[in-house]
Amino acid sequence: MADNNNTNKPGLFERGGKFGWLHSTVDAFDTFLRVPATVTSRGSHVRDGLDIKRVMIIAVIAAIPAALFGMWNVGYQYDLANPAVSWGLLQRFWFGFLKVLPLFLVSYIVGLGIEFAFAQMRNEEVNEGYLVSGFFIPLIVPVDIPLWMLALAVAFAVIFGKEVFGGTGMNFLNPALLARAFLFFSYPSKMSGSEVWIANQMKIGTLADGVTGATPLSFTADCKQGIDALTSNFSFFDMFAGTVPGSVGETSVIAILLGAVILVWTGIASWKVMVSSVLGALCVGSLANVLGATAVPAYFHLVMGGFAFGTVFMATDPVTSAQTETGKWIYGFLIGALCVVVRLFNPGYAEGMMLAILLMNTFAPLVDWCVTSAAVSRRAKKVKLA
Amino acid sequence: MSNSIDLKKGLDIPIKGTAALKTTKKILPDVVAVKPDDFKGFLPRVLVKEGDRVLAGSPVFSDKTNPDILVCSPVSGTVQEVVRGEKRKLLAVLVKADEKQESVDLGAHDVEGLKASEVSDLILKSGLWPSIIQRPYGIIADPALRPKAIFVSAFDTAPLAPDTDFVLGSRIMDIQAGVKALSKLTDGGVHLSLDRATEASTPFHKIEGAAIHTFSGKHPAGNVGVQISHISPICKGETVWTVSPLLLAAIGRMLSTGKVDLSRKVAVTGPVAIEPAYVDAFPGMPMRAIADFCDNSKGYVRFVSGNVLCGKNVGPDGYLGWFDNQVTLLHEGTEREILGWAKIFRPKVFSSSMAFFSWLCPKKKYDMDTNLHGGKRVFVLSDQAYAKVLPMDIFPLYLIKACLAGNIDDMEKYGIYEVLPEDLALCEYADPSKNDIQAIIENGIDLMLKEMA
Repeated sequence: MADNNNTNKPGLFERGGKFGWLHSTVDAFDTFLRVPATVTSRGSHVRDGLDIKRVMIIAVIAAIPAALFGMWNVGYQYDLANPAVSWGLLQRFWFGFLKVLPLFLVSYIVGLGIEFAFAQMRNEEVNEGYLVSGFFIPLIVPVDIPLWMLALAVAFAVIFGKEVFGGTGMNFLNPALLARAFLFFSYPSKMSGSEVWIANQMKIGTLADGVTGATPLSFTADCKQGIDALTSNFSFFDMFAGTVPGSVGETSVIAILLGAVILVWTGIASWKVMVSSVLGALCVGSLANVLGATAVPAYFHLVMGGFAFGTVFMATDPVTSAQTETGKWIYGFLIGALCVVVRLFNPGYAEGMMLAILLMNTFAPLVDWCVTSAAVSRRAKKVKLA
Repeated sequence: MSNSIDLKKGLDIPIKGTAALKTTKKILPDVVAVKPDDFKGFLPRVLVKEGDRVLAGSPVFSDKTNPDILVCSPVSGTVQEVVRGEKRKLLAVLVKADEKQESVDLGAHDVEGLKASEVSDLILKSGLWPSIIQRPYGIIADPALRPKAIFVSAFDTAPLAPDTDFVLGSRIMDIQAGVKALSKLTDGGVHLSLDRATEASTPFHKIEGAAIHTFSGKHPAGNVGVQISHISPICKGETVWTVSPLLLAAIGRMLSTGKVDLSRKVAVTGPVAIEPAYVDAFPGMPMRAIADFCDNSKGYVRFVSGNVLCGKNVGPDGYLGWFDNQVTLLHEGTEREILGWAKIFRPKVFSSSMAFFSWLCPKKKYDMDTNLHGGKRVFVLSDQAYAKVLPMDIFPLYLIKACLAGNIDDMEKYGIYEVLPEDLALCEYADPSKNDIQAIIENGIDLMLKEMA
């Protein structure tokens, strides 16, 4: 901390000072409020204004439309399902806000707590990565998830998904999705089916007419009647706008597209991953249509379930996605394709996006290795010819 | 082999303080430093003692591994001090300069008539040989080798770089002599790269005996390493030499007149330089001599010998480097901006990324300082964030990580032979994780030198 630089005695919170063991924590808050006074020591004497804090805050800002819409939708779905209530816009939003806020609180308190503890143990600066993961996690779980489960999942994801590998930047799996996968496999009854997507559904008792509580995706698992049941409950535009049951932030493609515009414009996320993921889903979806495996039109997959949210916010995570530009095309395409494959051919897992991304996270280094090796040998040949 | 190359990637950093095209001062420094650290891979043995008289061109150091390689004094005068640091490491030889400059005389030659061995003998004897750099690794050229080719970049795209035409326009005959002489040392010829924008007007286009290439694009289009990778990439086992036009002129003049003349126009630049302009000076000139350019009203000023991207911080008591003809004066940015990373508009800070709004004023020049603008982190963004400012066919992030890991095979695979730290300087500038990428590459190169020797 530069303020105390002129004295020889270490400051209260500096290493060696009285509360030196709190250095990382204090430093995190200090640099949060004010840009550090550090000057360049080696190499380039001036540096770009962009830092990791800015990168991370942009990702969070991009997800805000989806979060706000999600809060409203929580209220809206409750309103729809509960014959006893009839609310306006603000009441719905407020209801949703109160339901979702605890998810954010739990996610940030548990996740950041662990981050700070690890930074302290390692005597490092606190990484900003969890600001993003912590914001995404509440958006990809059902609103009724018990908070202790969420806390457990967050702890698992941060410790085993990230810290054991060395923290942000070293992880190979997307921590937010890992938290979701942890919940999905540990507590499947709270993560799937048709009873978890509407707030307080169990307490409502009888649902209003025409409300099943199921997400659009759960209809597609049944390939014969799927499409009829699906379209009789939700129109394409419902799913595009997001007025359907689902995880908190994943339903509205419009809100997610807003985020996508921010991410692509600022260059924080790769448009190549997004485009290729959509292409992959359309390819496999149409192929399944042609072969008669399903009656669900391919473009429905783009607006159902977590596809849009996963494509825009999860698949593009720069740490866990493919690193090379060609690799990003392959990686994104396979995510889209695998997602639809899982959705269509494995009725046990209605949501394929999470599994597709986690699987491709694992294979991203292999994809990159192939791409860089091919580029290097192509170049060697070219040089030989010249 | 193409003669006209467009580079799309790169970045021109909009920093304030370009030197006006005029020479405002002639500096005959009182003391000049000759620093062995200016030359990579040079193991110095001192050839002079305090009180010795030297001329411009008299040898001051020789290389312990190859005693033929000498470094000369750029001025005539008396050796004032041999400066040593910790563990008696040789830091510099200080020469008190004479009022009237004299040079050794190696005899005037007709460059056309010289044989290859005579050319290299003369350059070695004059103490100018260390000006020739050998790639891979950026070390002093090995006189026993015959390189694949010799490359010269006749323009500089670095931030606030001196205008090569202004600095060397009057010495085109020296450069012509240098090109003729050096082309005898290689079978691949001398390759001269010009800026597309000034291709027709630059005196360099009249140079004969060199293959001319033109480049267009932002920095680092003027870096000779980037040019080589587009003209004829360096493969394993190959060596090429490069020489800056500044020192090529000195070599040419030495060969044709027999005199060693390292005087040069030095651009004094930077946001805290008062009326930035050129001065006539010598390498090894003390920074004290240009203290009157320095505006330290805002606080401590950093004296950089070279440009902001890869120059050396020499301090107000330091000396100009052998290869440099630019000084950049920068404010030490120790002020702490409140919530800087979170601000929507940050008018005083430039960012090449779209995450800020610098793109709204593309013509604006910034008062940049040395603040890091963030904390150090591990690499988070993918290769593209770095490759977008590096117009070479390599994967910079993979190369950087290979260097960090000390993995020789991967370093080879990802192109360590083709780069010097200066080529990746812009990657370092743009890195949001604030890693010292040039230092990482430098360590990688040192490891290669150690392992491959």
